[in-house]
Amino acid sequence: MAKVMTSGGEALIRALADENVDIIFGYPGGAALHIYDAIYQQDRVQHILVRHEQAATHAADGFARATGKPGVCLVTSGPGATNAITGIATAYMDSIPLVVISGQVPNHLIGTDAFQETDMMGISRPIVKHSFLVQKPEEIPVIVKKAFHIATSGRPGPVVIDVPKNLTDPNEKFEYKFPSDLYLRSFALYNEAKNSEVKKAVKLLTEAERPVIYAGGGAINSNAAEEIYEFGKLMGCPVTNTLMGLGVYPASDEQFVGMLGMHGTYEANMVMHEADLIMAIGARFDDRITNNPNKFGLQAKKIHIDSDPSSIDKIIDVDVAMTGNAKKVISQINKELKAMNFDNKKFDGWMKKAMQWRAEHGLNHNMLNQKNAGDIILPQQVIQSAYKVTDGKAFVTSDVGQHQMFAAQYYHFNEPRKWINSGGLGTMGFGLPAAMGVKFAFPDETVACITGEGSIQMCIQELSTCGQYGLPIKIINLNNRALGMVKQWQDMQYGGRYSSISYEDSLPDFIKLAESYGHIGMKVEKLSELEVAMEECFALKDKLVFLDVYVDPDEHVYPMLKAGGDMSEMFLSKTEKTFK
Amino acid sequence: MNHIALLMENQPGALSRVIGLFSQRGYNIDSLSVAPTQDETLSRLTMTIGEEGADINQILKQLYKLVDVVMVQNLSEADALTLELAIIKLNKTKAEVEGFFKNYKFEREILDEKDQYTVFKVLGDTQEIEKLLSELKKEEFLEVTRSGTLGMTKGNESLATNDQTKISYD
Repeated sequence: MAKVMTSGGEALIRALADENVDIIFGYPGGAALHIYDAIYQQDRVQHILVRHEQAATHAADGFARATGKPGVCLVTSGPGATNAITGIATAYMDSIPLVVISGQVPNHLIGTDAFQETDMMGISRPIVKHSFLVQKPEEIPVIVKKAFHIATSGRPGPVVIDVPKNLTDPNEKFEYKFPSDLYLRSFALYNEAKNSEVKKAVKLLTEAERPVIYAGGGAINSNAAEEIYEFGKLMGCPVTNTLMGLGVYPASDEQFVGMLGMHGTYEANMVMHEADLIMAIGARFDDRITNNPNKFGLQAKKIHIDSDPSSIDKIIDVDVAMTGNAKKVISQINKELKAMNFDNKKFDGWMKKAMQWRAEHGLNHNMLNQKNAGDIILPQQVIQSAYKVTDGKAFVTSDVGQHQMFAAQYYHFNEPRKWINSGGLGTMGFGLPAAMGVKFAFPDETVACITGEGSIQMCIQELSTCGQYGLPIKIINLNNRALGMVKQWQDMQYGGRYSSISYEDSLPDFIKLAESYGHIGMKVEKLSELEVAMEECFALKDKLVFLDVYVDPDEHVYPMLKAGGDMSEMFLSKTEKTFK
Repeated sequence: MNHIALLMENQPGALSRVIGLFSQRGYNIDSLSVAPTQDETLSRLTMTIGEEGADINQILKQLYKLVDVVMVQNLSEADALTLELAIIKLNKTKAEVEGFFKNYKFEREILDEKDQYTVFKVLGDTQEIEKLLSELKKEEFLEVTRSGTLGMTKGNESLATNDQTKISYD
C-alpha cells in the first residue's frame, strides 16, 4: 500500500474516521483552525456546528447514550475548552463514553498566558477517565485509538485529547499509520465473575425470602437488558430501576415496581426497605437512592455487580461482590438458576405484598381522565399525554428538576437507551442538545425533550442548530413560571420563603421565540386542550415544535424520601407521610 | 499510618492525577516521594497516609483505577521495609550534637558545622524520626527536611513492572 502522508490535523480526522466515527459536534476557534481545515477537505466525518460548546458535549453525550457508541466533540482552546467542562462532568458522573478534542495554543506559548490559553489537562483532570496532551503529531493516531479504547471499555467515561496548534500544522506532513493493536500497561478489565462468587450469589438468591433486583445505568452501559429480563423472570421477584437505569427492565412488566430512591415509587422504596436480599446490578448506592446509608437495607444481604471495583463497598458494604460486566455476570447467574430448575413460587407472596403497596399508595397513571378545578393542567397529565400520543416509543430527553422526575415516574420506558437524562451531575440545559445528538443518531425516530421553562433557557440557543440541520424535535415545556424543584424544597424546608426562584414577568414568549428560529410554537393553558395539542405537536413530523404547557405552579413531586431517614420514610403528598 | 507504594507511567500529568485524587476524594497525604525507576518509562512513588479511619481499600482502588497507575501496594500490610531520611539543622556545635545523640540508636552523620550551626542527617523509621523531631522541639531547632517514607517488600516479590496488555482488534 502506498504511504499516506498527512498533517497532524488530517491525521486526527482520519483517525476518527478509522475509528468509525461519522459525526462530531463542535465549534471552531483559533487553536482548532488547522483541524477545521482538515475537516473541510474530507467527507468521512460530518461536523455539526452547535451554538455553544456545552451543547457540543451534551449532543455527543446524547448520541452516546442512545447508541452505546462513543460521542465525539471538538472545541477550541481557552473558552471553548472551559465551556465544554460542564458537559464533560455530566458524562463523567453518568459513565458515558465521550472523546473530547480540544485545541490548545502552540507548544512554545504554553505557560505564557497566551491568548485563549487555559490548562485544559488541569481543569478537566477530576472529571475525565483519562486525558492526553499530544506531544508529537506522529502519535495522534495511537492516542485516538487509546482514547476510544479507554472511553468505551470497563466503566465508560469521557477522555480528553488536548492538541497544541503547531502539531496540526498543514505544512508538516508525516506518514499516517492507524494502529491495529494497542498496548496499555496494567489496564484491568473485568468480564466474567469468579465461579465461586457466582455460586455464593446464587445461594443467597435462592435462599432469600424477599429478594429485590435493583438495576442502574451500568446495566444499560453493558447492554444487559435481555439478560436482566431473563433473570427477573427466573427470580419472579420485584424489580426496580434507578433514574439512570430506567428501561433496562420493561416498565410495563408486572414485576416492575417503578423507580426507587428520592422520588421513587412508594412500592419500590418499601420493597427496598423490607427486602432480605438486595441484588444491585450496575448501580452504585448513590445518596439519592439509599437516603441515610446507616439506615439502608438493614435487613438485607447484598450482592453487587459492577465493572468498577472502586464502586464496591464504597457507600454500602456488601456480602457478595462481583466485579465484572453485568451482561456476562447475569448470564452466569441465569445459567446456574436454570441448571438447578429454581422454583420461584416461594416469592409469590412477597410479590403480592409489593402489589399491595402499589394499591395503597402507588402512582396514579390514569390522570388524563380527571378534571381539575379551573381546567388547570397538572404536570403529570402532560407526561401521561405525551406517553399516550407516542405510544411509549419515543426517545425522551430531559433537563433537571420537577419535570425530570415527573417524566421518570410517568413515562413508562420499556427499552433501554430511550430515557436520556443527566442523573449524576443534574445538569440543567442538557435536554435540548442531548435530543439533537439522539436525533442525529436516529433521524427516523420520535425524539421528545421534556423540559421546564428554567432549564430550557440554559441552552435555548440550540434552537438555531436545530433550524440549521432541520431537526424535528418535540420540546414539551412544563411551564410553571418558577424553578419548581427549588420552590418545592423552599415550600417543604424553608417555610415557603421563595428565594430567587421566580421570573414570571420576564419570561420570553416561547411561541414567538420558537418562530423566530423558524420553528413552530404552541401554547396550552387548559387541560381540555392538552391532548389535542399534544397530538398536533407530534403529528407535525417534519417540524420542531415547542409546546409550551402552562402547568399548576404549586404541584410537588411525590413520593419524596425524608432527609436523613430510611427508605420507608416518605412524604406521599402535601398532607400525607409514612412517618411521624 | 499506611505506607503505599505505587508504580506509574513516567508521563507528564501522571503525578498530578495521583495527587489530585487525594484532594478530590477528601483524603490527606502525610508524605510523598517520587522518582524514576531503573525502567525510565516508570516512576515509583511512596506515600504515607496517616489519617485515622481513612478507607484505605477505597484509596487503593481509586489509585489503581487511574490509567497511568500501573501497580499499587499497601506496604503496611506486607512484609516490607520502610525508611526515611531527615536532614536537620540545629544551633549546636558538632560536639553538642554528638552528645545529644549518645542515647539514640539512629544511623546518623554530621554533614556540616558552620558558625555554631550543625547540619546532620538521620536515617530511620518514620515513626522514630517523628519521635526524634518532637524531642528536638525542646532544643534550638532551626530546620528540617524529610524525604518522606521509602519502602519495598522483602524477598521474591516486587511491584510488577512488565505487564503490558496487548489489545487486538480484528
